[in-house]
Amino acid sequence: MDRQQDTSTSDARPVLEGPDIARVLTRIAHEIVERAKGADDVVLLGIPTRGVFLARRLAAKLEEITERKIPVGSLDITMYRDDLRMHPPRALARTEIPGDGLDGRLVVLVDDVLFSGRTIRAALDALNDIGRPRAVQLAVLVDRGHRELPIRADYVGKNLPTSLRETVKVQLAEEDGRDTVLLGAKQTPQ
Amino acid sequence: MQRHLISAADLTRDDAVLILDTAEEMARVADRPIKKLPTLRGRTVVNLFFEDSTRTRISFEAAEKRLSADVINFTAKGSSVSKGESLKDTAQTLEAMGVDAVVIRHGASGAPYRLATSGWIDAHVINAGDGTHQHPTQALLDAFTMRRRLVGRDAGIGRDLDGRRITIVGDVLHSRVARSNVDLLHTLGAEVTLVAPPTLVPVGVETWPCEVSYDLDAVLPKSDAVMMLRVQRERMNAAFFPTEREYSRRYGLDGDRMARMPEHAIVMHPGPMVRGMEITAEVADSDRCTVVEQVANGVSIRMAVLYLLLGGNEPAVTHTRPPVAHHPSDERSAHTPFTAEEK
Repeated sequence: MDRQQDTSTSDARPVLEGPDIARVLTRIAHEIVERAKGADDVVLLGIPTRGVFLARRLAAKLEEITERKIPVGSLDITMYRDDLRMHPPRALARTEIPGDGLDGRLVVLVDDVLFSGRTIRAALDALNDIGRPRAVQLAVLVDRGHRELPIRADYVGKNLPTSLRETVKVQLAEEDGRDTVLLGAKQTPQ
Repeated sequence: MQRHLISAADLTRDDAVLILDTAEEMARVADRPIKKLPTLRGRTVVNLFFEDSTRTRISFEAAEKRLSADVINFTAKGSSVSKGESLKDTAQTLEAMGVDAVVIRHGASGAPYRLATSGWIDAHVINAGDGTHQHPTQALLDAFTMRRRLVGRDAGIGRDLDGRRITIVGDVLHSRVARSNVDLLHTLGAEVTLVAPPTLVPVGVETWPCEVSYDLDAVLPKSDAVMMLRVQRERMNAAFFPTEREYSRRYGLDGDRMARMPEHAIVMHPGPMVRGMEITAEVADSDRCTVVEQVANGVSIRMAVLYLLLGGNEPAVTHTRPPVAHHPSDERSAHTPFTAEEK
């Protein structure tokens, strides 16, 4: 069953629309500047696929606020997943670390949905192999709860209490043609 | 790709492109200070080498270690094989040790196929060269090198070698590299021309998906890549050509011949090179010669193959047998990027 089909049913309803997403990202950008005291050493790393688009949008907003270039990259965590052996191998996505590296920087990981926390655990492992950041923070568009690991986001676009019978689907213009967050009911496999 | 990698001819275009794309990501690991991924932690891979090949073995070994697999090197020399143990007995010993994959190099064409299909062993089998038959990872690394040089490193992602003209020169008769390359390059959409003395062209070549020519100078100006094969002295057991000098004059690549190639065209060689025989030092040391790149690319390709065969609970693409039934909630499409549901 392809998870992407889950929310294609008519009962999926939008909980965030385009303008909300833009507003939420602007707020997160301001929070980053405030907490990092100017975002001098901030590097944004998006987690593919949609985290990368969000990271790029956040970087653009940070550049508006700080009037400086913010390094942005992507971090594929496929090879670090703890469930690799439970599924067929996935095609790898791109890992791109900005030229100056991560050593001594404040790395902000960016993802679309925070759920079990296992993706972020894998991302922390991956970071370990790439460099030694001064600190690592996490920004997500939606936190839907149900954590399985002691992981929490520093910047949350929207807290979305969900049941495990629901699905959360983020669509972004770069990939899906429109900006929206959909909440739907999980279809039980026949 | 199936459970095993026995022949380049078994790969579909999509499988081959997936391997090349995966290798491109693996190549980035080689640029990092810590060249290691935890992906195959706890898996055991045996390099079962019945024939000497330092180059291929260390390439596989590097790939296996970069993916954190446990590696066992088994060379026939000094092992029970020299005491008369059969392939079957060796395979059963490995099976009893719980080996997950066997990388096999054998002097007999078909040995990896036998190992994969006999039921002696449940492990994935990767052919690292069998007799004069196949050497699929070599063909993949050659295709990878061509795609990088002719299409571009990033521009090449998702692309094949459609319309590129590749010339393979030399001892085609004894060359598993040539055989594997013809199969794979044809799958990837390239036009292949073999150039060799008539005595070194295999019987039945007319059924291969390629052209055959005896005139190197006529083919060179139309080539995007020229792959020189090693003249395998150890297999020159008959009078295939009059003298080395004559071979060199007609089929060797020197500076003058290289100048006749289009400006973007590259020179490839699977190694080891016999300088002065099939290739002159001038050509071997030029910027257009990709021999050293091919070695580095070999590690990336082997990492990609190992990951796609062993990285999950079943190989990445094109099952030849029905997938194992498991709990419905575990089902997922192989290539969709992870979705919100898995975070």
